[in-house]
Amino acid sequence: MEALVNQLPIGLAIGAVLLLAALGLNFTFGQMGVINMAHGELIMVGAYTAYVLHAWVGINPAYSLLAALPTAFAVTGTLGWLLETTLIRHFYGRPLDTLLLTFGIGMILQQAARDIFGAPNVDVPAPTWLTGGITLPGDIRIHYSRLFILALAITCVIAIAHYLNRSRQGRRMRAVIHNRDLAAVSGINTRTVDATTFFIGSGLAGIAGVALTLIGPTGPTLGTNYIVDAFLVVVVGGLGRLSGTVLAAFALGILNATVEAWADASLAKLIVFTAIVAFLQARPQGLFTVKTRALT
Amino acid sequence: MTTTEPTPTLLHRLRGPATLAALLAAALLLLPQLLEPFRLNLLAQYLCYAIVALGIALAWGRGGMLTLGQGVYFGLGAYAMAMHLTLQATAADPLAPDLPPFMVWSGLTQLPWFWRPFTSPAVAVLAAILIPGTLAALLGWSVFRRRVRGAYFAILNQALAAAFVILLIGQQHLTGGSNGLTNFPVFAGQSLYTPTAQTTLYTLTVLTLTATYLLFRHITHSRYGKLLIAVRDAEDRVRYLGHNPTWIKTLAYTLAAMAAGAAGALFVPIMGIISPTLIGVIPSIMMVLAVAIGGRHSLAGAAAGAIIMNTAQTTFAETFAGGWTYLQGALFVLVIALAPQGLAGLATTLKNRLTRPTPTEPDPAPAPAAERSTP
Repeated sequence: MEALVNQLPIGLAIGAVLLLAALGLNFTFGQMGVINMAHGELIMVGAYTAYVLHAWVGINPAYSLLAALPTAFAVTGTLGWLLETTLIRHFYGRPLDTLLLTFGIGMILQQAARDIFGAPNVDVPAPTWLTGGITLPGDIRIHYSRLFILALAITCVIAIAHYLNRSRQGRRMRAVIHNRDLAAVSGINTRTVDATTFFIGSGLAGIAGVALTLIGPTGPTLGTNYIVDAFLVVVVGGLGRLSGTVLAAFALGILNATVEAWADASLAKLIVFTAIVAFLQARPQGLFTVKTRALT
Repeated sequence: MTTTEPTPTLLHRLRGPATLAALLAAALLLLPQLLEPFRLNLLAQYLCYAIVALGIALAWGRGGMLTLGQGVYFGLGAYAMAMHLTLQATAADPLAPDLPPFMVWSGLTQLPWFWRPFTSPAVAVLAAILIPGTLAALLGWSVFRRRVRGAYFAILNQALAAAFVILLIGQQHLTGGSNGLTNFPVFAGQSLYTPTAQTTLYTLTVLTLTATYLLFRHITHSRYGKLLIAVRDAEDRVRYLGHNPTWIKTLAYTLAAMAAGAAGALFVPIMGIISPTLIGVIPSIMMVLAVAIGGRHSLAGAAAGAIIMNTAQTTFAETFAGGWTYLQGALFVLVIALAPQGLAGLATTLKNRLTRPTPTEPDPAPAPAAERSTP
């Protein structure tokens, strides 16, 4: 029990990273059923946006992080919107095909990053106000950058919840998810809604990318390291439920941290995988599901 | 799918077997004479991937299960064989210690318990097929029983591949880590480096590919094969008709895993190395993409896709690496967007255009009505 308490802050920090990476998927995969394998590459584009703002545009590192967040959201959001309007919209209802399609797109984006920025990792300096950290009882040190990511993740969740529940557009989005045909005959332009959903989901990938520059190397394969775990979060959380994604991200983060505390890190991955398969025995649709009576 | 013809003539019925026999004869007798040893070795590698592709075509094309983790089963087979070959190499070298070198470097003094059975070649070969089969059966049964399917199943497979690779790299003292296992000079007392040995391995691969093809062809044409397609297209209706989709899907998934395991076991002595980079998430997706390009609904198309893809990979990656990645990415997008039935589908369409001028004839390939998501 004490071990669990000790690992809790680390677990929350891991969970926050998972949550940021998975939030965008909650829109594109959870709400629209598109398995966007290029999501990892959109995260990578977001990370490089932070690099470009710092190294090419030359914004002071103290502010470039804050400037990068909205910029990356706009850049990857636009990229995602372009993908949706040109390609992905022809594949709704064929999730496995979208997976292969977007993997091809991901390959192209990754190679483009290699050609533009070079294969080696680039250096994105963290702002000075994020250096250092706090020491918790039990001699656990948490970096400020981890806390920043946690705060960023929570801010994003609140913003998304507000958007989905309070704004007119968010309510339209939910209407389309629940019943596309009924939404359409009620006068909602489902095409616009789809494109918007994809814009937001991809934009969130950009924000995740900027955050990831704080804790790891920025390179062309940045996104591939996170994409599998991010998808698992959505699977465990259940499709289309924000609360499920949040809960699953932190649960998996804490599970990862706890298992790693007493087992080898490489063994931990397999244990977590087995735990997920066991969990799906009890709840095959994930933690929360949107209840429908449809047969599949 | 010759059923569109009312009564197939003898000539029609013999065309398939005749083509197969001609291909087999050419592959076994002609190519070893024509190709230099290096090219023959490469071809043997591609044929291993073709065996994996047959399994994917069965599980995905017929059963609708997107197997995004075939690298795991391929890798399990490959590592089973590689462990045996490593032990053989250690035993054959009188100067070497009793342990494989990487274990000595990691400070191990004793052979780990799970390595011991692999001193026997029979155990290694059996394990290369049975371990992937058992793992797939367990995983398949436990998730299909709870009706986990579609995208969820695909992602679970992918996560398995990711976890497997991390485990292999992390347990370096047991598995050789990211370097993998390599340096296999002998198998069953025979040197593996001679041209004769390589030709024998190639012949063995061709025969395994043919046997797998014939077995899977038989399966897809059987009653079970029809049930498998039915499960892919409307799982719940099959359940209402009194069949149990769980075992139908588990069987196809297990067979695909066993084919991948056998391919892995053949791959190791041919390639001379197995390492985590050959079996991770990305290689696993590549295996599926080869099938998508070849044609997921056709066994022959899938195998051809794997051979074509890997040939192109070697040819183009040698000359212009970056450009090839763009081309490959674009190719995937184009194939999925324009020809979801792959090359085999294009061939069928072309044949129909040529033989039947009226476009009213329905597409004879089994159309993928399934793969629809939950509304």
